[in-house]
Amino acid sequence: MSTLLRLATAGSVDDGKSTLVGRLLHDCKAILADQIAHVKTVSEARGGDFDFALLTDGLRAEREQGITIDVAYRYFATDKRSFILADCPGHVQYTRNTVTGASTADVVIILVDARHGVLEQTRRHLAVAGLLRVPHVVLAVNKIDLVGYDEAVFTKIAKDVGEVADQLGIADLKAIPVSALVGDNVVEHSADTAWYDGPTLLEVLENANGRTDTSNQPLRFPVQYVIRPQTDEYRDYRGYTGTVASGTVTVGDPVIVLPAGRRTSIAGIDRPVVTATSTAVVERPSAIAGEAVTVRLADDIDVARGSVIVAAEHSPGTRRELAATVSWLADRPLTVGARVLIKHTTTTAQAIVTKITGALDLDTLGVIDAAELALNDIGKVQLKIAAPLAADPYSSNAITGSFLLIDAHDGWTLAAGMIDDEEGELL
Amino acid sequence: MSITVTELDALESESIFVFREVAAEFERPVILFSGGKDSIVMLHLARKAFSPAAVPFTLLHVDTGHNFPEVLAYRDAVVEQLGLRLEVAKVEDYIADGRLRERTDGTRNQLQTVPLLDAINAHRFDAVFGGGRRDEERARAKERIFSLRDEFGQWDPRNQRPELWSLYNGRHRPGEHVRVFPLSNWTELDVWNYIEREQIPLPSIYYAHERDVFERDGMLLAVGPYSQPRSGETVAQRVVRYRTVGDMSCTGAVASTATSPAEVVIEVAASEITERGATRADDRASEAAMEDRKREGYF
Repeated sequence: MSTLLRLATAGSVDDGKSTLVGRLLHDCKAILADQIAHVKTVSEARGGDFDFALLTDGLRAEREQGITIDVAYRYFATDKRSFILADCPGHVQYTRNTVTGASTADVVIILVDARHGVLEQTRRHLAVAGLLRVPHVVLAVNKIDLVGYDEAVFTKIAKDVGEVADQLGIADLKAIPVSALVGDNVVEHSADTAWYDGPTLLEVLENANGRTDTSNQPLRFPVQYVIRPQTDEYRDYRGYTGTVASGTVTVGDPVIVLPAGRRTSIAGIDRPVVTATSTAVVERPSAIAGEAVTVRLADDIDVARGSVIVAAEHSPGTRRELAATVSWLADRPLTVGARVLIKHTTTTAQAIVTKITGALDLDTLGVIDAAELALNDIGKVQLKIAAPLAADPYSSNAITGSFLLIDAHDGWTLAAGMIDDEEGELL
Repeated sequence: MSITVTELDALESESIFVFREVAAEFERPVILFSGGKDSIVMLHLARKAFSPAAVPFTLLHVDTGHNFPEVLAYRDAVVEQLGLRLEVAKVEDYIADGRLRERTDGTRNQLQTVPLLDAINAHRFDAVFGGGRRDEERARAKERIFSLRDEFGQWDPRNQRPELWSLYNGRHRPGEHVRVFPLSNWTELDVWNYIEREQIPLPSIYYAHERDVFERDGMLLAVGPYSQPRSGETVAQRVVRYRTVGDMSCTGAVASTATSPAEVVIEVAASEITERGATRADDRASEAAMEDRKREGYF
């Protein structure tokens, strides 16, 4: 069955990310005639060869500076599957955009320039991929043509990155020698790397498993919005809308509604039926993780946005204190005592940073003491929250285990947070 | 190449999630509705998101005055049938009283920005749904799903908020608003596969019909009140359809015999030109025509 795979690219400036993406799209025939004509015209006007990067670097400033500033999303398909590709920036200043692209990715492609080997940005991007628990990481050792297709160079970089990946707990790492410019091992196997008998980049992408199916895990259903039509036909209808975060919801299931902790059961699950003139619902027996549905409950209890409906026998409980790892995304630093907003599933609440436990040192990959977290730092913090949250560790649930920290004044997204495995104080 | 039901279901669920987030977190959302296929699919998804209740949003049409009659008729029929509220911001009114001036090329897509921003201010809309898709164009490929606009309606592509997982941050200060793009991850082919699956009616001009057209800049323009052949351009009756629907004076038709969504799917899958490349003169103006319009507050 054909599936959708989400991938993101990461690498340092000038590693050739945009060129690789352009090459991948081009060799998959995902670039159409008018786009090629456009790149030709612009490339020629600048007196250069066909510049693959112009296929994705769409902003004026990106073209002027020859760098990628923000994530560009691209869509392509092969006979085997469809892809959503997030082409992320390499510049350290724009790491937050790489975090954006990687947060929804099934595969992250990390580029390393064969001439330069592992750089600090490589370690940072590996740390981001590890932290976000991206299921698959592909190391593309690029510009292999510029080191004379030297196997030893490739092996050394693959080994260096492998060690870093091990320390970061990245389970699946595949290394491929490529030249984005020439096209070696991107879509077609290269005759110049006879010593490499592994798959091409596209072969890896076509065969990678998508994000882990979480429909076998305990039910988590954050309520987004309550539907009360108050029409003649649906006079007493009260439906709780949301997307199943994990598990399977089935009519009759015993559930608990958090944070109140009230027990009830699923009375119905509704699927919309919309025609040109009518809007109605029909019942369905169950729904699985990822599906946007409407559920009805057996008892008339207080349920609103921010409530989380969970499996009765596997309730996470609620907590007002969290230990978490955060990726700091703002120019202003994080200090202890900072008052912020936390957005967790469909709840937004006030929070105070009570402790900065430490920051990740990219050289040693150990946690070192830190008084504050600066832009692009990855750190460990403790939070006290003004409302009880139905939270799980990120390692067991990416949806109920993740959160944003937001500046209450200007609304800026300050941090991406992942709840640690250690139990916070359960209330 | 075919898209499985599973992929469409994933895209549908993602879009429905977005509609519900906005309904829950904003005071006065509005759907930009032109009667084009993307806005029609957007409305269909919004109806699904809140079924069996009514869509809790107003519609807004920024009317260039250069409309295809079939599209206006479709718009009015939908509003009538579903009992929705429609606001119309007319470029024509701005030209009539001198707030805007007609461009020398006679096209009006660019002129939509000011009436749009005025309507947003006048109605205090705080979330504005647009049907833009990232696969359409280079600048749109850079856009967030929740995209903040300052009090001048401007987009700052170099300073977008990080957008993590499906935790959409819609916080904004008074005067600011958020543009929301529920179809961000849909491609033109996804849209047509969905139209086929859901049997969504569209204005007839999306399917093959006979029309008097002339060729300009490689596009087939219809002979009509807003576009007339210049000397040297010859008119011929051709079988065409519209791949996009915009200002009639700068939206081109494509030669096509596709009379159903299924036939359009086959045609789009085999197409060697992008939809905007094939049909939009305004995007050809410069390397960054869309980025420049978007920075000023365009859709």
